[in-house]
Amino acid sequence: MIDDATPIPLATLRPRSIAWRRATDRIVKVLASLAAMVGLVALAWILGVVIARGAAALNWSFFTRLPRPPGVDGGGLIHAIYGTVAMTGLGTLIGVPIGLMAGVFLAEFARNSRWAHPIRFSANVLMGTPSILIGVFVYALIVMPLGHFSGYAGAVALAIIILPVVTRTTEDMLNLVPDTLRESALALGAPRWKVTLGIVFRAARSGLLTGIILSVARASGESAPLLFTALNSPYWSASLSQPMGNLTVTIFNYAMSPYPDWQQMAWGASLLITAGVLSLMLVSRMLLRESRRPW
Amino acid sequence: MVVSEGLHEDAAGSSGGQKPAPSRPAAPSPTASASAANPPTKVSVRNLDFFYGQNQALYGNQIEIYANRVTAIIGPSGCGKSTHIRVYNRIYELYRDQRATGEVLLDGQNLLDPAADVLELRKRVGMIFQKPTPFPMSVFDNVAYGLRLHTHLDHSELVDRVEDALRRAALWEEVNGKLDKPGTALSGGQQQRLCIARAIAVEPDVLLMDEPTSAIDPVGTAKIEDLIDTLRENYTIIIVTHNMQQAARISDYTAFFYEGRIVEFGPTNQIFTTPHQRQTEDYITGRFG
Repeated sequence: MIDDATPIPLATLRPRSIAWRRATDRIVKVLASLAAMVGLVALAWILGVVIARGAAALNWSFFTRLPRPPGVDGGGLIHAIYGTVAMTGLGTLIGVPIGLMAGVFLAEFARNSRWAHPIRFSANVLMGTPSILIGVFVYALIVMPLGHFSGYAGAVALAIIILPVVTRTTEDMLNLVPDTLRESALALGAPRWKVTLGIVFRAARSGLLTGIILSVARASGESAPLLFTALNSPYWSASLSQPMGNLTVTIFNYAMSPYPDWQQMAWGASLLITAGVLSLMLVSRMLLRESRRPW
Repeated sequence: MVVSEGLHEDAAGSSGGQKPAPSRPAAPSPTASASAANPPTKVSVRNLDFFYGQNQALYGNQIEIYANRVTAIIGPSGCGKSTHIRVYNRIYELYRDQRATGEVLLDGQNLLDPAADVLELRKRVGMIFQKPTPFPMSVFDNVAYGLRLHTHLDHSELVDRVEDALRRAALWEEVNGKLDKPGTALSGGQQQRLCIARAIAVEPDVLLMDEPTSAIDPVGTAKIEDLIDTLRENYTIIIVTHNMQQAARISDYTAFFYEGRIVEFGPTNQIFTTPHQRQTEDYITGRFG
């Protein structure tokens, strides 16, 4: 109802209830806080239970011995700890450089090219792909041709988990670096690759490191891609050419077993992996905070 | 439309044995003022057009930039001032959809020639940007960046040259003893002088300045203006500025740009006291519509 002559004075209009507005405000605030609490409580609960039940399993032999049969004391999971670290490490060595370079391609070299969009889209799809599918893919790619499960296959599967995460965070972090910084380095006569590695990477370094750490944290907690690739093993194998024990599949197997001492070991393994992922996350938070400064 | 003097050979003040261009198109008719006294030409721009994708931003720019002089480029926002100087070091090539046609002769050589080496060009034509852009490294490494890029210097030579560049940029007294501090820790005005030190460390012939003081406080601005005044001894300076008092204070020549065209170019005192074009006068007197 727009009157193009003189508007009716606001004071003469029927006012909205202030009390009702206050009440709505309060209701929304309470609902939002409750929703936030649900998330926090779930996290605290999980952490609390894992710590309470897992701490008892963590002792010297847990970190130094191989598994024993159910009912026999003094077993450990050193083979699975080693397997998880080795496969995550190799997966990182494969996935991170490729991801970094793909991110550099997207952010620095393919900005307006017609290649950028499909590559970015595939990275997003790959990031959302259920990890069990990646396991099956690597099974067909490596396990079937070789005829047996192996740590290498597991590492490749983890590398595929890491790759899209690093690609996208690298692109995003490089895009945060202002073009004027690139221009001023180019204006001194620096070639593009030197500008990218010497200036842009340096300006974005903590963001890049954060992306890498988060991707490694995610990969180290995966079990589905390992199920079809590294399988699992109760034996010590230093070589990645054999099926490899790992913490996540071990948790699955031991937790499903009927033996209380194996279940106890699964809790211990859960605590170990949770602590590992959590500390990686904390390191990345610290790096990000350190990076919040002008270039 | 465009004043274009200095048809004499320009080899006099130039470095490094470039041959003068074999044949030049006749320059548009010069206006009466400031004829014979012009110094040698450093950069000569001929028929420069510039495009952002389909949009043309510069139309037939012609201008002579004289050696060891400060040339100011003024004009309203969006008139192509920055676009114009970004051709001189081909920095626009970072962006895929931007292109320039025409000729820009630096000491007689067309720098827009695709065969011209862009890294070598940028060593000879330094650039200072609107916002200071210290690299994410120490003050020392900032200044040493270009030196390390272009030369093999041992450490003591590097130290000497970094100090020399910082002195010439009037920053040495303020950063002496703090060379290992990050460049980003300096104040805005200091950061800009750090960028100037970084640019002059590689001893370019030409310095492009794209509104170098627009993000700097008045005290910092005064220091940078003093610095520009001393730098003209060794460098040919082209400065884009929104600040007409600044153009009047520091420049020897002024070009007025409007909608991608060079409306008028001449000695600064002439442009500011007796402009030949109505548009120039309107802009300078603040009556611009």
